[in-house]
Amino acid sequence: MFDVAIIGAGVVGCAVAYELSQYELRVALIEKENDVAMGASRANTAIIHGGYDPEPHTMMGKLNVEGMHRCFELCEELDVEHKKTGSWVVAFDEEQRVTLQMLLVQGIANGCEGLDILEGDVVRLQEPNLSDEIVAALWVPESGVLNPWEFALAMAEVAVRNGVIFMPNTDVRDLSWREDHYEMGARVVCSGDETTIRARHVINAAGVESDRIHNMVAPPAFEIVPTRGEYYILDGTAAGHVVRSVVFPCPTRAGKGVTISPTIHGDYLVGPNAEVIDDRTDTSVTRSALLDIADKARRVVPDLDLRTSIRNFAGVRSNSTYGDFFIEKSATNFIDLAAIKSPGLTCAPAIARVARKMLCEEGIPMERRVLWRGGRRVIRFKEIPEEERAAFVRAHPLYGRVICRCETITEGEIVAAMKREIPPVSIDGVKRRAGTGMGRCQGGFCGPRVLEIIARESGRDPLCIEEDGCGSFMLIGETKDPTCREI
Amino acid sequence: MSVVETNGKQTVLDGMVAIEMLDKYELIVIGGGPAGLSAALSAREHGLKRILIVERDVDLGGIRNQCIHNGFGLHYFGEELTGPEYAAKFVDRLEGQSIDVLCDAMVLEIIPGEDGHVLRLMSMEAGYCTVRSRAIVLAMGCRERTRGAIQIPGTRAAGIFTAGTAQRYVNIEGYMVGRRVIILGSGDIGLIMARRMVLEGAKVLACVEIMPYPGGLARNIVQCLQDFDVPLYLSHTITKIEGKERVEKVTVQEVNDRFEPIEGTEKVFDVDTVLLSVGLIPENELSHVAGVEMDAKTSGPIVFENGETSIPGIFACGNVLHVHDLVDFVTTESEGAGRAAAEYVLRQEDTTHVRMCENESYISLVIDESVAYTVPQRIRVLRIDDGVRVFFRVKAPHKTPKRIVFRDGERIVASFRRPYMTPGEMEHVTLQRAELDNVSGNELLISVEEIR
Repeated sequence: MFDVAIIGAGVVGCAVAYELSQYELRVALIEKENDVAMGASRANTAIIHGGYDPEPHTMMGKLNVEGMHRCFELCEELDVEHKKTGSWVVAFDEEQRVTLQMLLVQGIANGCEGLDILEGDVVRLQEPNLSDEIVAALWVPESGVLNPWEFALAMAEVAVRNGVIFMPNTDVRDLSWREDHYEMGARVVCSGDETTIRARHVINAAGVESDRIHNMVAPPAFEIVPTRGEYYILDGTAAGHVVRSVVFPCPTRAGKGVTISPTIHGDYLVGPNAEVIDDRTDTSVTRSALLDIADKARRVVPDLDLRTSIRNFAGVRSNSTYGDFFIEKSATNFIDLAAIKSPGLTCAPAIARVARKMLCEEGIPMERRVLWRGGRRVIRFKEIPEEERAAFVRAHPLYGRVICRCETITEGEIVAAMKREIPPVSIDGVKRRAGTGMGRCQGGFCGPRVLEIIARESGRDPLCIEEDGCGSFMLIGETKDPTCREI
Repeated sequence: MSVVETNGKQTVLDGMVAIEMLDKYELIVIGGGPAGLSAALSAREHGLKRILIVERDVDLGGIRNQCIHNGFGLHYFGEELTGPEYAAKFVDRLEGQSIDVLCDAMVLEIIPGEDGHVLRLMSMEAGYCTVRSRAIVLAMGCRERTRGAIQIPGTRAAGIFTAGTAQRYVNIEGYMVGRRVIILGSGDIGLIMARRMVLEGAKVLACVEIMPYPGGLARNIVQCLQDFDVPLYLSHTITKIEGKERVEKVTVQEVNDRFEPIEGTEKVFDVDTVLLSVGLIPENELSHVAGVEMDAKTSGPIVFENGETSIPGIFACGNVLHVHDLVDFVTTESEGAGRAAAEYVLRQEDTTHVRMCENESYISLVIDESVAYTVPQRIRVLRIDDGVRVFFRVKAPHKTPKRIVFRDGERIVASFRRPYMTPGEMEHVTLQRAELDNVSGNELLISVEEIR
């Protein structure tokens, strides 16, 4: 019996797990995929939003600025890659300039500091690649970029270190209240086995599936409108300097628009579009959307060279008919942290605090965990100062072998990732932790070596190692094995 | 404690390797594939004694080790060899040459200097070292273009490999990557892998090429596709990849002359694997960091007639310079660069010569829209003995005889007839010293023209 079961290990579920791990509670973090942050938390614009965009009366407006400050703090505490770049919202005409004014007022109401509207020429002194047609821009200093999956992972790792049970590959199928607790019927994704999980309190952080979980215990109150956004990643080395800060167009009802932003890995992210889709798991990219994104991005940065693209991806955002985060106590001991759309990544730590307070109100005893062990440090070879490298490699020879050439990731970093609280099980799991395969060759050179290291470190058969999600096997068998023959 | 392999024997150096190695070498060759090996051997032959080859893989030979098919060495050795055999010929020649080899090692940075170039390199054995060398040969090879570079729509299912990565899994690691395969792009590695997959028991349903002509060598089209009944669809591309965990289906469409898919031409293939052979890119990150002047057309360094880059003492050869079709040409090109590196080092002692070379004039090879690139891009006429070999590719296929014309202003300096040319097959011509001596300007314009 758990005190609290969190359904969904996206950034919100992980933030709640982190928050609750600081108390003497038995907590389960339940995830249907084989790793944390497998939904929108890993496929988004990776931005710590300043807080000028949501309307002040919404939950989004109330939580954004707090979330932003907490994100920066947590990134420091947990050694998550991040950068306070600041961001621009650019206006192409006088009408959009009025929008900037509105955003400025809204931002001040939400608690943003340092906002300023600057003329186009002044903006171009900072960002020389921006279009000459830009007449003005809103400057948002308190904002930046982060590594979104590492952010979720870091919080989950600390949670697990402090007793939270992470249950991957566990797909919750039904949920019912039994006098004093919930009983969850779940399917173990790869094996197909059924399992039952019991918990006194349930937190719904199921992202794009959050309406379905809600509907298991309460009358429908909102519906997820799965909205796909597609992206380009441009190789920072090849693209040259593009922008220093995040650059947004003026927001419209459809969303914040096609953004051009630097990533913490020195590349650039361009996207997303916004397309409502039926299949919530459909993260395909499409020709039409990519062309559309390219057109819109070139309006902002006319010389943007999309031939330097190294990857396209898509994420499905949990937009909903409700229009705001749906944060409610919807049934006995059941809290919805549902329909968390943008700026959900930024707000996640603040949402987690709200959830903790709501649990308190449900009467759950909250006693501080005495031996809570926070903090996190990751050794990244690239960050070791030049003068210390020789001594470090002498002491730790595995850091002397480069596995990923494009990003200079060493075997030491991969092995360290394999030994942390939530070890990666797939090639992309290693990628999200150590950064292998993120660069120009997209794992072409390092993929086979990473596969070998995962197999060696985890004692698994290389044939069982997946590229990413459950069942995404890289290899089908050994050569000369007659069962592998198709002809 | 560090280990440097010398003549195939491991020499244990003491713990002060960084200091000991600092000024040990006259030449460091980055990359131990055919280019690096040939350059090192040639430099040795031309008088250098202290040479180090740094190789990132655990063995010398480079990508040749996974190219287990035959067809290598016809030009250079006059016999047909497999990739590993071709590489082994050079590895064997290292025996007794006192050329040091450091495998499983990466060069992280090159810092050029007038008093020798500094390299930061690292391996588990050698640790993190700083080494200085008079000359450097860049021979890092190339990498494959990926799906992201060409933006193929669809899901992110497993089962999408670059052809070279699949080749490594199948030929080196001993694993099959799929049962039912489609190949996008008709580059040589894709063609070779089509045949390999068939021979390993997979079904290869098609090879799809967006251009109206094949990207690879004619002999590979015949020997790898036609001989194995793999259909080649020219002016077609993959417009959709479906599948949740693993690839399940791929849609192929014909494209118009602007490379846009034509509606109504969809063909759906049930495949679990997509192999990409959509181009190779010289791997020049180190060259960029060093500040070597680059050529956007080759994605490699701009070089002079002897393979020297814009930074004196740094040379480039092989696929890091421009992507070759045949390893034999990599070898001859690299021998030239190795020799030039040796001459550079040996002439350093002659300071009057160095001063003379500064501000030395050169002829730039300029191309019109019919030519994709040339290597070298610059020729210092005074440095040529008899002639200089110029490699180039044409932009579009020519099925009728054409001539390659080198012009100095209006005057034709040299002209070469070719019965047939295609972008997939690199061409070369040799300009004679006598022809270049008469050039009055500082440019030669190269174009493909009709034969009159």
